[in-house]
Amino acid sequence: MIPLSWYLILGAILFAIGVAAFLVKRNIITIFMSIELMLNAVNLTFVAFASHWHQVSGQVFVFFVMVVAAAEAAVGLAIVLAVFRTRETLNVDYVNLLKL
Amino acid sequence: MNSSPDFRLWLIPILPLIGSAINGIFGKRFSRKLVATIALAFPAAAFAYALWVVSQFAQLSQSQIPHIERLFPWIEANGFRADYGFYLDQLSVTMLLIVTGVGFLIHIYSVGYMAEEGGYYRFFSYLNLFMFFMLTLILAHSYLLMFVGWEGVGLASYLLIGFLFLKHSAAQAGKKAFITNRIGDFAFLLGMFLLIKQFGTLDYDKVFNAISPLPVEAGVGVLTATALLMMVGATGKSAQIPLYVWLPDAMEGPTPVSALIHAATMVTAGIYMIARSNVLFLHAPVALRVVAIIGALTAIFAASIGLVQNDIKRALAYSTISQLGYMFMACGVAAFSAGIFHLMTHAFFKALLFLAAGSVIHALGGEQDMRHMGGLRKLIPWTFWVMTIATFAIAGFFPFSGFFSKDEILWKAFSDKTHGSWIFWLIGLITAGMTSFYMFRLWFLTFFGERREPVHNEREEPTGAVHAPGSAPADGGHQSATQHGHAGAHGHDTHGGHVHESPWVMLAPLVVLAIGSAVAGWVGWPQAFGGNNHIDQFLAPVFRTSSEPTRSAENFSATEPQRSENPEEEVTLERTLAGVSLATAFAGLGLAWLFYHRRPELPDRIATTMRAAYRTLLNKYWVDEAYYATLVNPIVDGSRNVLWRGVDVGIIDALVNGAGTTSKGVSGVTRRMQSGSIRSYAAWVAVGAACVVGFMIWMGLHA
Repeated sequence: MIPLSWYLILGAILFAIGVAAFLVKRNIITIFMSIELMLNAVNLTFVAFASHWHQVSGQVFVFFVMVVAAAEAAVGLAIVLAVFRTRETLNVDYVNLLKL
Repeated sequence: MNSSPDFRLWLIPILPLIGSAINGIFGKRFSRKLVATIALAFPAAAFAYALWVVSQFAQLSQSQIPHIERLFPWIEANGFRADYGFYLDQLSVTMLLIVTGVGFLIHIYSVGYMAEEGGYYRFFSYLNLFMFFMLTLILAHSYLLMFVGWEGVGLASYLLIGFLFLKHSAAQAGKKAFITNRIGDFAFLLGMFLLIKQFGTLDYDKVFNAISPLPVEAGVGVLTATALLMMVGATGKSAQIPLYVWLPDAMEGPTPVSALIHAATMVTAGIYMIARSNVLFLHAPVALRVVAIIGALTAIFAASIGLVQNDIKRALAYSTISQLGYMFMACGVAAFSAGIFHLMTHAFFKALLFLAAGSVIHALGGEQDMRHMGGLRKLIPWTFWVMTIATFAIAGFFPFSGFFSKDEILWKAFSDKTHGSWIFWLIGLITAGMTSFYMFRLWFLTFFGERREPVHNEREEPTGAVHAPGSAPADGGHQSATQHGHAGAHGHDTHGGHVHESPWVMLAPLVVLAIGSAVAGWVGWPQAFGGNNHIDQFLAPVFRTSSEPTRSAENFSATEPQRSENPEEEVTLERTLAGVSLATAFAGLGLAWLFYHRRPELPDRIATTMRAAYRTLLNKYWVDEAYYATLVNPIVDGSRNVLWRGVDVGIIDALVNGAGTTSKGVSGVTRRMQSGSIRSYAAWVAVGAACVVGFMIWMGLHA
């Protein structure tokens, strides 16, 4: 039986990688992927807790997160397409119109 | 009181207000004829209705007077209650007839006088508005409502003095009148506060009933303080020392305005207020004495200035101040009915004098300087004759109206044992002589001799130069502005040109007023001359019932005990005094004839020999200059340097601007967070999340 803390440590590592990638990477697609990574890190901890406490609600949450992530991917990729069409780049540093 | 009929008194003031509103709102699109019709119809209706009310009033029994009509509660706060209501007694009836009657006549006159002026509808709207406020003032049943009218006539006066507002001096004069009056109004307001504090009400009947049983104040107490404050209010409105300075400048307004507001009606409001408050004043003998002194001083002071004025309207303005001083003095010697009587006769002859002067000015195309008039007797005969009647009336010649009222005041001043004094009589007599002199001076200068054409570049400096600091610092050209202001407006180019008589619409009111000036005094034919002094008996209830508990009641009417002690002697004395004052009037006439008709070079010679005295009078005792030096300039400087540059700029602006620059500086730093770069936003989110997590861990460790 693998102890709970291992799952949590793995989840934390995955989440940290996601955050780091989110901050460091410039390509929008990569950033998108790092978001997915963070979501899945959270999913992992949910599932781990659900199994540990024998509670089903954690697993239900994960389904919700996956659904939302799918919807987010659809919308997000559409936005990425639109950005690429107008700006002809995927580098977020050049997509900086939203400022004073 | 409850059984008395409903006269709907509110209709009287409301009618002119409707006229004012119609002309004020729609008048710009109306033709002049329509404006004039509306402007005349409503005051005429008010006059007619007032006549009907008076006829009904005459049928009331003594117990129903004063007749009070309360319309609706107006202010109710913490035990204090003021109703909107009207008050009718002999005093307000007298005033009502004067205001509506003379007012209506002056409205008619204005139709002719203003025919060529711009802003026709505006003028009549203001004039009707004035009527509304004046009627509110005299019909009010409490000091509070009176104050509404009081302020309102001040407003109308301001609007009409500054009617030709493009002229700098007119605008300045309007402001001067308004501000000077405000000082008096402030005192009036304080007096009302004292009344509320003492009696908890401002209704006339309640206040007077509360005061009546009180003992007469020997020294200076609350009643005296109240009365003195009220008196200061009256000095503002009625142009007495020390607040008279606005009235001569108010002559910048069109002449009908001078006649209506600044001679016949509004300026008498102070007299009316004191007469109305007679109960209060009789309980405060010190205040009463102060009133008498101020009145006497003002009378002789203004008359002496009037001796040398060259502007026809200005001479009449000083004459008005002087006559108002007479009325003040009458009130001060507790001869209220004599004061109101003089108020009435004065309304006739002074309105007539102003309107006739307006007719002269009109005829000469705007000329106001008497030195440039002369010989007009044949050219404008109607004006000459009505002016003659008015002059004889104001100078106090038997049997014209001024004689009776003036003589009544002088007699009361002399004979009243409690409040009178021979000093007041003497001052009054000297003033009467001066009045006669300067009025006949005006008469001779204007109508007799040869026409003196104006010589523009040789004009003497004093009047213009003197006036400058009085009305405005930058006012050097005032004199010529006064003279030519009308010339342009009336469309006459040449001064000498053709002198023409005024149209009938102006002459008709003059004739009616002339009849009034001649005969109005007969209602006060004294008993010593075989009359029975109707006006005194008519007004007596107002001034007697209210003062019955006090001893001074004896001094009111000719029928009182003190007269009957030695009736024969009294009558002889009164006749002698009347003879003396008549002789004084003749002396004034004779001197004026000598100076300005027989030997016209005499005045100049006297002016040269008595240069200091002459200059003092011509410069009006430098009162305007003194006020400027002691009051106006310090206030202006203080406002400019302390309040403006110090408080306003230094503190208030600094605070506001400081708040602005501070937030600008802070935002200049914080706006850098909004870089527009997604990754920097993400970093902020991450930092925030890290902070939250750190905080929760810290909490967990310390829990």
